[in-house]
Amino acid sequence: MKANNTTIRVCMGTGGIAAGGAEVLNAFKKELNLAGIKANVEKNCSMHKVGCRGLCAKDVLVDVIINDEKTTYQFIKSDMVPRIIKEHIIGKTPVIDWVVGEDYHTFHEKQFKVVLSDCGTIDPEDIGAYIGVKGYEAAKKVLTSLKPEEVVETIKASGLRGRGGAGFPTGVKWEIAMKQDSKQKYLICNADEGDPGAFMDRSVIEGNPHAVIEGMIIGAYAIGADKGYVYIRAEYPLAVERLKKALSDARKNNFLGKKILGTKLNFDIKVKLGAGAFVCGEETALIASIEGQRGMPRAKPPFPVYHGLWGKPTVINNVETLANVPCIIRNGARWFASFGTEKSKGTKVFALTGKIKNSGLIEVPMGIPLREIIYDIGGGTESGKALKAVQTGGPSGGCIPADMLDTPVDFESLAKVGSIVGSGGMVVLDETNCMVNIAKYFLEFTQAESCGKCVPCRIGTKRLLEILGRITKGKGEKGDIELLEKLSRDIKAASLCGLGQTAPNPVLSTIKYFRHEYEAHLQGKCPAAVCKELLTYYVLEQFCKGCGACLRACPAGAITGEKKKPHFIDSEICIKCGACFDACKFKAVAKE
Amino acid sequence: MLKLTIDGKTTEVPEGTTVLEAARMLNIQIPTLCHHPKLTPFGGCRMCIVEVKGVPRPLTSCTTPVSEGMEVTTSSPEIEDLRRTVLELILSDHPNDCMICEKAGDCTLQELAYFYGIKENRFAGERRVYEKRDGNPFIERDMEKCILCGRCVKVCDEVQGVEAIDFTYRGFKSKICPPFEKDLKCEFCGQCVAVCPTGALTGRMWALRGRQKDIKEVDTTCAYCGTGCNITLHVRANEVIRVTSKEDKWNEGWLCVKGRFGYTFINSPDRLTKPMIRIAPKLSANSYQLTANLFKEVSWDEALDYTAQRLKEIKGKHGPDAIAGLSSARCTTEENYLFQKFVRAGLGTNNIDHCARL
Repeated sequence: MKANNTTIRVCMGTGGIAAGGAEVLNAFKKELNLAGIKANVEKNCSMHKVGCRGLCAKDVLVDVIINDEKTTYQFIKSDMVPRIIKEHIIGKTPVIDWVVGEDYHTFHEKQFKVVLSDCGTIDPEDIGAYIGVKGYEAAKKVLTSLKPEEVVETIKASGLRGRGGAGFPTGVKWEIAMKQDSKQKYLICNADEGDPGAFMDRSVIEGNPHAVIEGMIIGAYAIGADKGYVYIRAEYPLAVERLKKALSDARKNNFLGKKILGTKLNFDIKVKLGAGAFVCGEETALIASIEGQRGMPRAKPPFPVYHGLWGKPTVINNVETLANVPCIIRNGARWFASFGTEKSKGTKVFALTGKIKNSGLIEVPMGIPLREIIYDIGGGTESGKALKAVQTGGPSGGCIPADMLDTPVDFESLAKVGSIVGSGGMVVLDETNCMVNIAKYFLEFTQAESCGKCVPCRIGTKRLLEILGRITKGKGEKGDIELLEKLSRDIKAASLCGLGQTAPNPVLSTIKYFRHEYEAHLQGKCPAAVCKELLTYYVLEQFCKGCGACLRACPAGAITGEKKKPHFIDSEICIKCGACFDACKFKAVAKE
Repeated sequence: MLKLTIDGKTTEVPEGTTVLEAARMLNIQIPTLCHHPKLTPFGGCRMCIVEVKGVPRPLTSCTTPVSEGMEVTTSSPEIEDLRRTVLELILSDHPNDCMICEKAGDCTLQELAYFYGIKENRFAGERRVYEKRDGNPFIERDMEKCILCGRCVKVCDEVQGVEAIDFTYRGFKSKICPPFEKDLKCEFCGQCVAVCPTGALTGRMWALRGRQKDIKEVDTTCAYCGTGCNITLHVRANEVIRVTSKEDKWNEGWLCVKGRFGYTFINSPDRLTKPMIRIAPKLSANSYQLTANLFKEVSWDEALDYTAQRLKEIKGKHGPDAIAGLSSARCTTEENYLFQKFVRAGLGTNNIDHCARL
């Protein structure tokens, strides 16, 4: 009998590990040994961990591949492993109950993976696995057969733009750096991903760290840098660990260090851990932080590419940008430029979260309509309730209302509707989200993360938050909406760095598309019934059975009523905690 | 040299000049708060924003280097409107107590508020509230008045090399303070006080001693050491109530703790204002006697004659090496030279030393 070639893949990104991925992997190892499985299975069975494949909501995901036939399981726990081994690996019959459903496949169908193509299939801690999927071939090609100018030309021709948010053409940045006459230049990989709800860069580093390192080698060769830094958040321990392992393996294989691959290139990479300041994602603040100073941005010009780390020409690229580079070199600029729109080429990774059915990490060609992302990939809203808006670009971005879902997702189109691609956060909001409250949420974040250097950002965002606060409390005054707009515009115009210049975007875009919600708040109503101070709880008498559940749940003694007769909520006493709403089994408690 | 046009006036400036410097060369006024000509540009207050042709957003003139052919507009309705908003935001987080503020009349923030006519504040809201708690006798820190311009941080770092203070916290809670928010424990040179544009940092001994308008300024030289820094005594009712230093003098306005805060000896009752000769015999250290009974006031001639006579007596009786001279750092180099010459050539001994060597 022909030996069965069996591979078991266990998803072990941060999401996978949190869901118990390590236990599942150990269980497979242990059970295969203990069960005394036939040698031919064991011998050909390879097992390894893989990075995130996107659909973290269904972790732990496990692939069992027998003779190229792949079966994917979802929600696997370690105690489910013996059955998989018994029925599937030995018995050759997949455990149908645990196999992923249709939505797992639709989630992947409309995606196109360039950066994430090897995330979720290769072992991120094994350099051999990366080399096995043509890893480091691009670096070899560049170092041995291309001039720096040719590399820059290729990247320029590909149309690759910075994936960190601003969308500056990467090739142009490299070209300026290349032309700087300086003995010392630096290349920095910006992995200080701090947007709430964004985890693209983390997943790339956790799933395929060598792609980023290879991109950096190519970049360093192109611009003439011999030192590189990866500035990464200390809150990403797994990414840091895998990155460090990858760097050490790359050094052992002479992909980093002196005379890389026998060429003249000397290049090594240091890991610098960020201490948790959002603003350090801004390039000049990031540089200050590496230099050992407080992470505060400085005014540009001069740009880092002329005057950067320690005053030397410095290129700062985002993780995803760099991970794109080896793919472009391997497949050619024309290949890369064949995806996307005229001005936004290639693909973009997004973190799809919020009120969406399939939340997770996705990669799509630029220019894909937002509708396809939300409905085809994301499967629509989680609750089935009507979609209200999609917030793109995190706290620096804006809300795109449901009636504009046909907007193509690319740098220009999103900017046109008042939002941004940003680093790639995508938060889906349904009709139970209050837009004033959403704006307030993002402002809470940005105002707390302001570095404090410039006045409009430090005090201005605080004042925006205060005004939003009083509106959500029903204490808004006439003219507050106009004041918000005026202050927002001034903060955008007068702030020093990208943080302040974009912080008012959530306010401006929600006012632009949901002004009626702001106006309703001024009149004392929260249309989405979210803002506590504006809510009134009352009993729908026709549904009330008089069971007394609400009465017992109320901590304020605001509910009165006799058994089996409709109850009554005294709004004067009610503290609007919502306990009655949750306690009622007959949906007889309403709020508005 | 680079050519640029500011508000229609064309000029040439050396490479590396900032737009703000170029404007000041042309006598064009741009309001600033965080800028200090002797410190590295900060770009935090945003008051000095200007429009540069071809650049979509306003730039801070203090940080932007001039480039060839630049066309700058320093004032337009949009720019002034932004400056007004910025100023209003600063004032929305600043105590409105100019009437009792030490800095009133000499405060850049107050002056700008006046010029922009800011009375009402659209952005009134929460204010930072801090306790005053430093125990030192020199520097009063009222951090509620701090506008976080960072001048104090930079002067402490770039000029004094002490780095006693820095920015802490983030966002609205940002604050400048010593490490771990402890009390100030530094040289107390007061350079930070000198560069503070508001009433956040003042001399503790200056408090409630007089307004700027009542002050007569007397330029003189600091007598503490041979460095000879230029100082300006602020005199009210014939009493020195404050010392500052002018920036256009050779010490560039920088002073040390002695020069800036060590002036109270001038009006001290213990200060000797006339020569005196001891009349009473020396007593043991523990015994107490009124100074008036120990010394007698004499004329300079009398005092010098007496000193010369005593020195001669000692030299005659015990030889020149029985005498030693110790000169002072408060004297000039020339005075110190003369003194050692007097001891060596006049008295005939090499027993000469200087307090700075101790």
